[in-house]
Amino acid sequence: MTPPDDPALVRVLAADGTFAPTPEAERYLPLIDALADADLETFYRDMVVVRAFDRQATNLQRQGQLALWPPSFGQEAAQVGSVRAARAQDHLFPSYREHVVATTRGVDPIDIIRVMRGLTHGGWDPTDPRNGNTRIYTLVLGSQTLHATGFGMGLVFDGRCGTGDPTRDEAVIVYYGDGASSQGDVHEAMVFANTYRTPEVFFLQNNQWAISVPVATQSRGPLYRRGAGYGMPSTLVDGNDVLASYAVSKLALDEARAGDGPHAIEALTYRMGAHTTSDDPTKYRTSDEEESWARRDPIARMRAHLRSRGAAASFFDEVDAEAAAYADDVRVRTNELGGLEASDMFAYAYSDAHPLVQEQERWLAEYEAALEGGVA
Amino acid sequence: MTTTAMPFAKALNAGLRAAMTADDHVLLMGEDIGKLGGVFRVTEGLQAEFGDRRVLDTPLAESGIVGTAIGLAMAGFRPVVEIQFDGFVFPAFDQITSQLAKLTNRHEGALRMPVVIRIPYGGHIGAVEHHQESPEAYFAHTPGLRVVSPSTPNDAYWMIQDAIASPDPVIFLEPKAKYWLKGEVDEAERALPLHASRIVRRGTDVTLVGHGAMVTTLLQAAALAESEGTSCEVVDVRSLSPIDYGPILDSVRRTGRMVYAQEAPGNVSVGSEVAATVMERAFFALESPVIRVSGFDVPFPPAKLEGIYLPDADRILEAVDRALAY
Repeated sequence: MTPPDDPALVRVLAADGTFAPTPEAERYLPLIDALADADLETFYRDMVVVRAFDRQATNLQRQGQLALWPPSFGQEAAQVGSVRAARAQDHLFPSYREHVVATTRGVDPIDIIRVMRGLTHGGWDPTDPRNGNTRIYTLVLGSQTLHATGFGMGLVFDGRCGTGDPTRDEAVIVYYGDGASSQGDVHEAMVFANTYRTPEVFFLQNNQWAISVPVATQSRGPLYRRGAGYGMPSTLVDGNDVLASYAVSKLALDEARAGDGPHAIEALTYRMGAHTTSDDPTKYRTSDEEESWARRDPIARMRAHLRSRGAAASFFDEVDAEAAAYADDVRVRTNELGGLEASDMFAYAYSDAHPLVQEQERWLAEYEAALEGGVA
Repeated sequence: MTTTAMPFAKALNAGLRAAMTADDHVLLMGEDIGKLGGVFRVTEGLQAEFGDRRVLDTPLAESGIVGTAIGLAMAGFRPVVEIQFDGFVFPAFDQITSQLAKLTNRHEGALRMPVVIRIPYGGHIGAVEHHQESPEAYFAHTPGLRVVSPSTPNDAYWMIQDAIASPDPVIFLEPKAKYWLKGEVDEAERALPLHASRIVRRGTDVTLVGHGAMVTTLLQAAALAESEGTSCEVVDVRSLSPIDYGPILDSVRRTGRMVYAQEAPGNVSVGSEVAATVMERAFFALESPVIRVSGFDVPFPPAKLEGIYLPDADRILEAVDRALAY
């Protein structure tokens, strides 16, 4: 596991929001200085809005509207910082808790809702420009790291990175967690990424818990140090500091796009909610621990920082109102969602016609028609 | 019609070359397939011809190979993966069955997955453990995959190109015992679609059905049976998902008897599925139960026993006798 006072840590904002860069953060300060007030406000708005959505979705599950919800509660800064560091032409491979990443890139939150309501396994079309090159969620832990790496290999082979034109060069960022860090696929992805020098950022959100198992069970040593073993630079960042998460991701993505190869980031954060709505954290962690992380809340931290920079009270009120409206809209549209037709399950099993599937679809249609006709 | 005689492995090589020439996003990846040309030399010369960005000697990690092939397909490539031996596919099983097979469905048709997984499979080469297995049932059982197995050089040449052209993932099973089998290849005209089964020998008394290397054994059995006065029809299934039942049912309706031969263990196998389907659809044409001749339901034995484990012409003829006894 990674100690919270690891000297490699990049942090700009202290837990109370004061601007207090760690020594490792010094090199990133120009990237943060370059941010306008409007950028900082955007970061804050992203976090608050998606937290409201996440709370709404959790409530919808409690009310029986969703089968399951994996909350992003607490991980907003890691996700906003990294996703706002990506350029429009970059490609994002989430795991399944990246609600902030997906919606910030343009994915309609109702598409995530539809996955968790049992209406679809995917939710959105990653090739639709409205979705900002956000791939769909992957539920098998770590599998997407190989897909991201293969995609990055494709970018290398097609000359879509490393041309020196940052407005055209593309990069990949893949999200995974401390639990997934033990999966063989993640290790194989890091091997392939370094062999083929993919333009890729491995973004590990260490939220301290893999359902009920603490990160100490996944790794005795700090996870970020694994990068060196594969031959790539790695960075440890305070994932509850949106400015640090942004700056670290920005530099790594810029370098990847420019052709400098992959980079590993470990963002220290905390899953403030349950693993999913089916989970019961009281069985495995203490309220003391939860309270200690609540004091490091990413949103409170950024709010304090913005206040210290003179943001008006009305700004925070506006953001709260926007978040409430966003969450309400999700509730309304969830209640309007329709159902599925039996034929939907046959439609996409293959791209080309498959006789067995076609035959079974025909049989089911006839069977159901017979039931409705009172024949069978 | 002009044809060229070539061994099965060379026909595959020629088919791969044709596909790579036709589409510069067809890319080969696998272990030792570049400079060495693969342990069976199927890709020999292709890296020299197309370069190391088109023929990749990958790191030694099967899940990594298939998982990155999926990512390459997402980026617009048509990867053709070589798994070195049948028994080495299992580290990639999760990526094949949980990802590759399901991604088009998960994307509701918005994403195609034109990935081919080539697997040399089956016995007859006297090798050590994990090098002689027949894993086809795992893949044929998995929705979202297509599974084919050519048995002749001409089929190898065309089926590999058709598999690469497919928008769906294809498990391409190469009967390694036939890599050195010579046959005529017609490079001008494809004989059959990818998923068609084919009657390869006409007969009237019993229908012998099988796939891969076993087709040769079935033909040997049919020749021996003929000398004893029994006329056997032989069907090469060619495609294990989907299975083209037309020629099989047509044949069984004429002969009334069927034997399925396969190297794989018989329990819950491709032969079991074909037998069940024939009984459902041609029940009144059957004069006897459908009989399966399979590998035994034990791990593939040490090579000194493979001659007993693998069905041969005599075991097929014994099954023919049983079918005729009804």
